[in-house]
Amino acid sequence: MIDAPQACLTVRGPSRSMHVSQERYGDAMVLTPIGRVDNSTTDGLKSGLDAYVASCRAGGDRLVLDFSKVDYISSVGLRVLMLAAKQIREQGGSIVVAALQPVVREIFEISRFNLVFQCVGSVREALAKVSPTALAAYDSAHGT
Amino acid sequence: MALWVTFWGTRGSIPVSLDSASIRDKLAHAIVAASGKRLDTQEKARAWVDSELGFAVSHTFGGNSACVQLDGGDAEHVLCDLGSGVRAFGNHVFNRDGPSKPNVFHVFQSHLHWDHIMGFPFFAPAYVPGNRIRIYGCHTNLEEALRRQQDPPSFPVPFDRLGASIEFVTLQPGRSYEVAGWSVTAKLQSHSGDSYGYRFVRDGRIIVYSTDSEHRLDVPDAVEGAATFFADADLVIFDAMYSLADAVSVKEDWGHSSNVVGVELCQLANVKHLVLFHHEPANNDERIAQIWRETLRYEEISRTGEPLRISVAYDGLEIEL
Repeated sequence: MIDAPQACLTVRGPSRSMHVSQERYGDAMVLTPIGRVDNSTTDGLKSGLDAYVASCRAGGDRLVLDFSKVDYISSVGLRVLMLAAKQIREQGGSIVVAALQPVVREIFEISRFNLVFQCVGSVREALAKVSPTALAAYDSAHGT
Repeated sequence: MALWVTFWGTRGSIPVSLDSASIRDKLAHAIVAASGKRLDTQEKARAWVDSELGFAVSHTFGGNSACVQLDGGDAEHVLCDLGSGVRAFGNHVFNRDGPSKPNVFHVFQSHLHWDHIMGFPFFAPAYVPGNRIRIYGCHTNLEEALRRQQDPPSFPVPFDRLGASIEFVTLQPGRSYEVAGWSVTAKLQSHSGDSYGYRFVRDGRIIVYSTDSEHRLDVPDAVEGAATFFADADLVIFDAMYSLADAVSVKEDWGHSSNVVGVELCQLANVKHLVLFHHEPANNDERIAQIWRETLRYEEISRTGEPLRISVAYDGLEIEL
């Protein structure tokens, strides 16, 4: 369920939870945050990522962020993505963003995050970028 | 009484100028766009340029470093920063008043980095006896910084040879001061060596000058402080030097902000008009115009209340409040 629009930036609003679903395909984890990423939900996004960022390293898991269910991301949410990407790169891992909604794609372009992250059209395309094993597992699971 | 804000210098870090290749490209673009038009007088050509060519082709955002004038209709002048733009301002005053009319200038310094003080040795009114210049700031070494840049071997005219009466006034952040009809409050900002924003209030209208400041929206105290400082402003002049991606990665802790953060902060603070300022010197006119368009779009995307007006500063821009 998509949250109703709220101010993207708050001074000290209550933190709201953000559901981040997980799916494993071979050696890749696909994380799917759901909803609006703003100041009130960023902690939820961070918690959802943190559990997997540490294992995203050379020889470890690959990470795909499925953004198909994110309809807005603020600067603070983007910063969380940047910190995750930085750690993953330092660990020799790889992260790809998939299935950006048109408005979120615009935000990536306006903020130049499209130059930082590899952004592709679908989860399958992302898995193809990071791991043949993961792609095979995905195709097997989805009968493609 | 109308208030006016005039931008005499808008570039960050170092002054820049249009190069030959850029002028050639603008001319080529204009000639192609004008093909088939009957523009056989200067008047027709100027009108067509103003109405049909985009700003990035027909003009330039300019290259002087920071200097902004606040005009409340008083005889005494109020400025923010002494970047290279103050040279053009000084020449404007000379041309308008002649060199012999005594003038009073009040200057509020955001900080003392070179791009914000470099115009002072070229500020012609500083050489004229009878003029009075009061320079305000929160840095205790304000006077030292301005004197030092005129010491040998950096400049041929020592500070003590300037003919105007020059005073330095140290301000306390958070305290309100009455200067030339304005109520002025300074706020500490995140920047190497510290910088200070200024909130100017006059006749119920509010102007915030916040340049060379890295606004961190992930830090609640910082958000609260900035939102309070910007609250209900009619105009916020905002350091939008970097893209958000640069500001939170390779250029984190470099002391500057982005257009995206400017929009979010101004929306939170119920600001009416945001002016993008302190342009990255590597950006040409086309790139700055693109950033402006993108900022307008981001404001649409992130808007949850009243629309925020957004302008991009250029040398020569005048805004009436």
